[in-house]
Amino acid sequence: MRILAPLRIALRALRRNKLRTVLTMLGIIIGVGAVIAMVGIGNGAKAQVEAQIASLGQNVILIFSGNVSRGGVSSGWGSAGTLSLDDAEAIRREVQGVAAVSPEVRTMTQVAAGNQNWSTQVLGESAEYFDLRQWSFSAGASFSEQDVRGANKVAVIGKTTAQQLYGLDDPIGQILRVKNVPFVVVGVLGPKGLSVMGSDQDDVAIMPYTSAMKRVMGVTTLRTILVQAATTPLLAPVQQQIQDLLRQRHRLAPGRDDDFTVRNQQEIAEMATATSKIMTLLLAAIASVSLVVGGIGIMNIMLVSVTERTREIGIRMAIGARGRDILLQFLIEAVTLSLIGGIIGIGVGIGVSQILAAKLNWPTLVSTSSVVAAFVFSAAVGIFFGYYPARKASQLDPIDALRYE
Amino acid sequence: MEPSPVIQLEAVHKVYRTGEVEVHAVRGVSLEIQAGEFVAIMGASGSGKSTLMNILGCLDRPTDGRYRLDGIDISTLNRDRLADIRNQKVGFVFQGFNLLSRTSALENVELPMLYMRQHVSGREQRQRSLRALEMVGLSDRAQHHPNQLSGGQQQRVAIARSLVNQPALILADEPTGNLDSQTSIEIMGVFQKLNEAGITLIMVTHELDIARYCRRNVIMRDGRIVKDEAVGNRLSAEAELARLRAEQQAVQLTA
Repeated sequence: MRILAPLRIALRALRRNKLRTVLTMLGIIIGVGAVIAMVGIGNGAKAQVEAQIASLGQNVILIFSGNVSRGGVSSGWGSAGTLSLDDAEAIRREVQGVAAVSPEVRTMTQVAAGNQNWSTQVLGESAEYFDLRQWSFSAGASFSEQDVRGANKVAVIGKTTAQQLYGLDDPIGQILRVKNVPFVVVGVLGPKGLSVMGSDQDDVAIMPYTSAMKRVMGVTTLRTILVQAATTPLLAPVQQQIQDLLRQRHRLAPGRDDDFTVRNQQEIAEMATATSKIMTLLLAAIASVSLVVGGIGIMNIMLVSVTERTREIGIRMAIGARGRDILLQFLIEAVTLSLIGGIIGIGVGIGVSQILAAKLNWPTLVSTSSVVAAFVFSAAVGIFFGYYPARKASQLDPIDALRYE
Repeated sequence: MEPSPVIQLEAVHKVYRTGEVEVHAVRGVSLEIQAGEFVAIMGASGSGKSTLMNILGCLDRPTDGRYRLDGIDISTLNRDRLADIRNQKVGFVFQGFNLLSRTSALENVELPMLYMRQHVSGREQRQRSLRALEMVGLSDRAQHHPNQLSGGQQQRVAIARSLVNQPALILADEPTGNLDSQTSIEIMGVFQKLNEAGITLIMVTHELDIARYCRRNVIMRDGRIVKDEAVGNRLSAEAELARLRAEQQAVQLTA
């Protein structure tokens, strides 16, 4: 018996009970659709987080100033002021495999231009910062090493800040007042989007760290030092060297905790993606439950179908169908049911993901692998849940089956 | 040399066990049926004729004794081989027709070829099915579904289905049980015609007048053959039908 003949029989049997077929399929359609859509949402979130991580730059190591913990209240990274400019210089000088270093200070403050004002994140960075973060300019250029050395009153602004303060005007060469200190805008950055934490990275004004420390904030310690390793394999050794160097410079005896925290980009990425990974898994698990329920629906209907068609099975056996032929017939019927349901479900899942993306602005990403997995899984559901009823049918005794009313 | 018989039963026994009780349905039946015979197996209900029929049709195996069908020893075959034998050697006609509903007459007739071990092309399946339908006088109803056919026509489709694989014998289990007397005679006419064309037929019936259309009557009681004789004054379905029509006409004329 060829595969084509039982396929025809299966399709005919499914056509015979259209409503029943559609309802049974609906279980698989919803199951597969849910898996595709949920995994799509999870992957979308993950991809977004990954894109944000990548926006940090390549092979970046972050050194945070140690935190202050008084009476159980931690004031967070960068608050204790344990990192100095000398530390940054030492890293640049002594650690091997370092491509760029940017000492960083930051404050949230009001900036003004003309009669417009805007509250934004003011960063003090080195001139290497923009390369380090792979941040391109939409207009103008970075401030120079010389600007850093001279603590010159020049600034680069983000896209959001530019729009808020200058509207459609060209900001280059215009005056930006930060805490009443006039700065000249020398560059406007290209858009970077949301950060890992969800803040707008384009809502920013960046100036030489020297200027920020002296003229705006009046501080002498750093919040963060950004270091770029030359290559990815160097990331770990560079990180280790920095740790050793800073412990030595801060005169920390063995056994005492670090008064700083070193994190590389991968660690930050892992922390951030761990959440979205768990979310994806959870969503997929919940959706899989509905797929299993759909499979049980198939099994149920196949059992009913076998009972209903006992006489037909008897006839087929009497005229020479082997047990295997009957098994194949019902198995193909179940698999056809689940596969057609699966294919429609994939369509529904992709559709739902796209609607969510379009209407709710949720980032969704339907991967080929999840589509293939859903297809294979729905076939597996058909085989798994169809096997028992099909086997039951194939083991009927032809005499009993023929007598069945 | 005499040709070997189509059916050769040697001291066949069949015992059913239902829980504690043993039912001895067939108690030592020996029977030979030659090619081209037309045999009616008769008996009251419980005489073992249905059990014997199931054994003859390879739906069941004897508990004891030997059964050779067309020279093949059936007693030792497994389920799958029995299915193949049914497909190749036996054609079934049932009391309740047993056609697949919502399936055309033609497709019903094609069904046995679906389970053949050797492949038959779709075109040949169609041709063979149409030829079989022609033999039972139903070629104009090939596309009808069973619910669009009368009882007699449905039974003809079933006969065509039993013919299509050119079996060694056709087994009919109370083929006229669900039909009125005139249609019964028509069906017996179909059987007689097939028998004249050389096909071996065995039918189970409890109606004496139907058995008189056959060539040989085997009567069973309590699982044994008690009588095995050739039919003396055999009826011809054609003649009977002509007589019936004449009678009907006479009634209409006088009425």
